[in-house]
Amino acid sequence: MNNKEHKPRREVSYHAVVMGGSAGGFKAFIAILSSLPKDYALPILLVQHLHHNDDGMFSRHLSNALKIPVIEPYDKQTIEPGIVYTAPADYHMLVEMNKTIALSTDEKVNWSRPSIDVLFESAALCYGNRVIGIILSGASADGTVGMGAIKTAGGLTMAQDPNSSAYPVMPQAAIDAGVVDYILTAEKIGNKLMALGQKSNQHQ
Amino acid sequence: MDQNEHLKPQIQTMEIDLLLEAIFRRYGYDFRSYARASIDRRVRNFLSSSGCDSVSEMIPKVIHDRAFFSRLARNFSIAVTEMFRDPMVYRAVREKVVPMLKTWPHVKIWHAGCATGEEVHSLAIVLKEEGLYDRSTIYATDFNDDALDRAREGIYETAKFQDATRNYQQAGGKRSFSEYYHAMYNAAAMDSSLRTRVVFSTHNLASDSVFGEMHLVFCRNVLIYFNRDLQNRALNLFTESLIHGGFLCLGTKESLRFTDVKDTFDVVDKKSRIYKKRRPSNE
Repeated sequence: MNNKEHKPRREVSYHAVVMGGSAGGFKAFIAILSSLPKDYALPILLVQHLHHNDDGMFSRHLSNALKIPVIEPYDKQTIEPGIVYTAPADYHMLVEMNKTIALSTDEKVNWSRPSIDVLFESAALCYGNRVIGIILSGASADGTVGMGAIKTAGGLTMAQDPNSSAYPVMPQAAIDAGVVDYILTAEKIGNKLMALGQKSNQHQ
Repeated sequence: MDQNEHLKPQIQTMEIDLLLEAIFRRYGYDFRSYARASIDRRVRNFLSSSGCDSVSEMIPKVIHDRAFFSRLARNFSIAVTEMFRDPMVYRAVREKVVPMLKTWPHVKIWHAGCATGEEVHSLAIVLKEEGLYDRSTIYATDFNDDALDRAREGIYETAKFQDATRNYQQAGGKRSFSEYYHAMYNAAAMDSSLRTRVVFSTHNLASDSVFGEMHLVFCRNVLIYFNRDLQNRALNLFTESLIHGGFLCLGTKESLRFTDVKDTFDVVDKKSRIYKKRRPSNE
């Protein structure tokens, strides 16, 4: 880990968390999000690569395992703190500047719809340095470009430690691209989100 | 220069504002009221293939070079769809809409934003199997003429037909899907009888007006590309076009909840996003 290159960040209060997972992602999402309380201070938007016939199954399973509410959003839904928004199967999920969800059926990106890059790049544009990007277990390289966009915008980036990921390729790709601030196990990412959420709360 | 790196997104946002303004002023196509996040992506994608270094550089080209504009506009309006996308929707149309449509002597359907026509053919198949096709007219519209030309041809890659066949079956298909197309080498042509009752025409939901008295308006995954104002414009057109008791079918992630017309429709099938226009109250 090349933490030395990063100066200690000034206290930034964050406005949103975006996460991306693929193969092995479900377990990692549970490990990270299960510690978060019902009234967590930030909205969380996540993309898990899904079979296009998923029909809300992933979202329901996640919801059953977590305290924090999980929904599969409709187009134009307003993004609110303390809610996990999961991208519906066969739609890209993006963030609009007015903090609403936008869905699209545009062509696949990295052979995926939803694509992690699509969500992350739009979040970087919308939230700038107020967004936390997290890339988890997976066998593709989706998300690396989006993590780069978040890093360039001054946001915070974390990757699941490839050694502790069921499929290391996806977090490793982001790490190799030099766009990751913290490399942590899923549990530690959960702890960090908890702490950052509290800080955001105080600063709001 | 490096210090300004973080300003790049804001500057690009401004450049895209100006580009959209230029397109509107020069050609009358109003992409300013499209959902912005997707437009941003498409502009950035187009930029990398345009030979321009910045969005600003695209502006004079758009203004003075119609061919360049056409290429960009095509890029803005690529709609990705498939045969019987969301099979349960077609099943719901079969079970909940068709029985009502059968009560009218002639059925008029507006398929707005039909893109390359996969779903037009899907709808035609449903109507055929339900014995309704010969007394129906489907008005299939899109603002993209290239897409409409492809819809008129009805030729699609064979690679897509495996999914299409599965979707067709899940949608309650009553025959063998292969009866509806003729396979060639890498492509298959949908049977031309599926288009005899279809009228294809150019129509822009952002600028054109009502389309006539319709019994069903089918408009799926088009409104997600519009901002709220343009969504309301389109929905008001649909509402005006529909007869009382007529049906509106939207994409499965599109909702009337936050729109102008939410009180004008009753829900017929929540999951499939099928609505019915209310009759005027007798009270």
